[in-house]
Amino acid sequence: MTITQQAPRVPMRFPALAQPFVALGLAILAELGIAFFVLNVVAVPLIAVWVGIPLLLVFVPCTRWFANCHRVIYASITGVPIPKPYKKPPMKGLLMWLRTTLTDPATWRDIAWLLVNAVVGFTLTLLSAIFFLASIFYLIYPFLVWVTPDGVFTEPFGGLFTVNVATSFLVIPVGLIAFLIWRGSGERLLKATAYIGKSLLGPTESAQLAIRVRELSESRAETVDTQAAELRRIERDLHDGAQARLAALSMNLGMAEEMVARDPAQAAALLTEARESASTALSELRDLVRGIHPPVLADRGLEGAVKALALSMPFKVDVTIDLPGRPPAPVESAAYFAVAEALANALKHSAATTAWVQLSHERERLHILVGDDGVGGATVRPGGGLYGIERRLAAFDGTLTVASPTGGPTTVIMELPCESSSLKITPSSGTA
Amino acid sequence: MRVVIAEDHALLRDGLIRLLEAHDFEVVEAVDNGPRLVPALVEHRPDVAVVDVRLPPTFTDEGLKAAIEARRQVPGLPVLVLSQYVEQLYARELLTGGGGAVGYLLKDRVSNVAEFLDSVRRVAGGGTAMDPDVIGQLLARNTRDEPIGRLTPRESEVLGLMAEGRSNAAIAGALFVTEKAVSKHTNNIFSKLDLPPSEDDNRRVMAVLTYLSSR
Repeated sequence: MTITQQAPRVPMRFPALAQPFVALGLAILAELGIAFFVLNVVAVPLIAVWVGIPLLLVFVPCTRWFANCHRVIYASITGVPIPKPYKKPPMKGLLMWLRTTLTDPATWRDIAWLLVNAVVGFTLTLLSAIFFLASIFYLIYPFLVWVTPDGVFTEPFGGLFTVNVATSFLVIPVGLIAFLIWRGSGERLLKATAYIGKSLLGPTESAQLAIRVRELSESRAETVDTQAAELRRIERDLHDGAQARLAALSMNLGMAEEMVARDPAQAAALLTEARESASTALSELRDLVRGIHPPVLADRGLEGAVKALALSMPFKVDVTIDLPGRPPAPVESAAYFAVAEALANALKHSAATTAWVQLSHERERLHILVGDDGVGGATVRPGGGLYGIERRLAAFDGTLTVASPTGGPTTVIMELPCESSSLKITPSSGTA
Repeated sequence: MRVVIAEDHALLRDGLIRLLEAHDFEVVEAVDNGPRLVPALVEHRPDVAVVDVRLPPTFTDEGLKAAIEARRQVPGLPVLVLSQYVEQLYARELLTGGGGAVGYLLKDRVSNVAEFLDSVRRVAGGGTAMDPDVIGQLLARNTRDEPIGRLTPRESEVLGLMAEGRSNAAIAGALFVTEKAVSKHTNNIFSKLDLPPSEDDNRRVMAVLTYLSSR
């Protein structure tokens, strides 16, 4: 069973007919933006006489809110999200905020955008809307002439000539031409506005790098924490489990050794006990090892390990794997645990009877899809299993998307960057 | 009986040799790496081989691969595979090709000497010895399966023991019932699962394992 789904990552899109109205709205907003521009430009020099500071405290957040609204609108026009480029003040405090804000290029780019948008953006959006409105106007012109009193609608082009109901039909081609021009250019003009806006509202290259550094620091800190927590857990498990059992075992053996001549029956009983505690210690160690790095992953790589995992699940799991080679060990391990966790989630919450796992590699990314026919309603909640996978993948710049309508089916789509050049081509290890 | 052993840990290897020799087995060769295993098996044609899954040089599933390769060259060569952990995938690979005379057990089962020796003899005699963990997983996979759901709890127990490869006498001993009662249960199981009845122990086990693994 193959199910191909694209992760929904494109922002909301407008229907085609909404376009002229969006454009009209943007044109009006562009003129409102002049007010923001003027207020900002007035406030900055006034900082010298302190009045500017409270003014800026009000105007800057307002401007940023206004710009953020436009970032969302532009993103829905172009389909490409625009990240917020603002710097966060490193410390609390008014002066720190002021300093960060005034030295942040994004602040000045916002102000520049207000001006550009009021001139260029306004022109483009108005053109984008006007042809549509004109085509409507001229297509219903005869009707307007007919329903209105004489002399109201009789001069279609501002007094070039006069028409009556019969001759007014001659302007309909003008309406058609306007409509065609709008069809050809309306969307393009709106997109052009959005791209111009994006060039000023989007982060500069250095801001983009700063954002990236912030993301990386966060995910690195998280990874280090997770690693440390894992090590603590392993240490605790070893200490309380296998280690304690082996201590008890050697005590038992010592007692048996001492007793073997005096009381053979008692010694035999102690030996049986020792054997049992050894078995339990081994089984605990087995589980621990599986949690660290499943042996079958070491033996057979991702492909074999996922197949083995599918076989050990109590419901049917269809596995489709199409990988040109073995990913590097860390990626392999992350991918394996992601699949294991997603399946464990399905087992715990979904009451599924069938699940499917797909692994493929395209465009320098490892794509992992885990689906089940259970009850659905799966979400990524902090502390939940899916959240854990998401954090684990984030360390590799991987992503996780869940599509799980109530009533199912649930699909968990995961992606990990994995360069083709890093794939190890091994001879097929399948023996059967 | 002549035995070939493959185990890389010296302690465990010596332990196995001692244990087997104390019970009238003759260890004809004990190898400690993968590449030497297939030639040893083909050359000695032992009555049974006891093989560790993980062997040098790769420390992956070298032992398992060698066992399967040797059985390809010498069909029906009895092999008992020992491992620190059991995987359905490996159990299936051993069982494909059919014919029995295979075993797949957790290493710690060796500590129960009587049962371990019984498994070795069973495999040498052409039977199967599957670890209870493998069978447990197989049965768990089949819980939502209609025909299996119709078995009584006692019949499920018998099915599990049968899948491990135990004879009726052994099942009767384990459950403290008569052999007659066991054979009644097995007949019920076979009719409920719609499998052809068979008097031959081995064929019976294979039929059950095939049935369980086929879904």
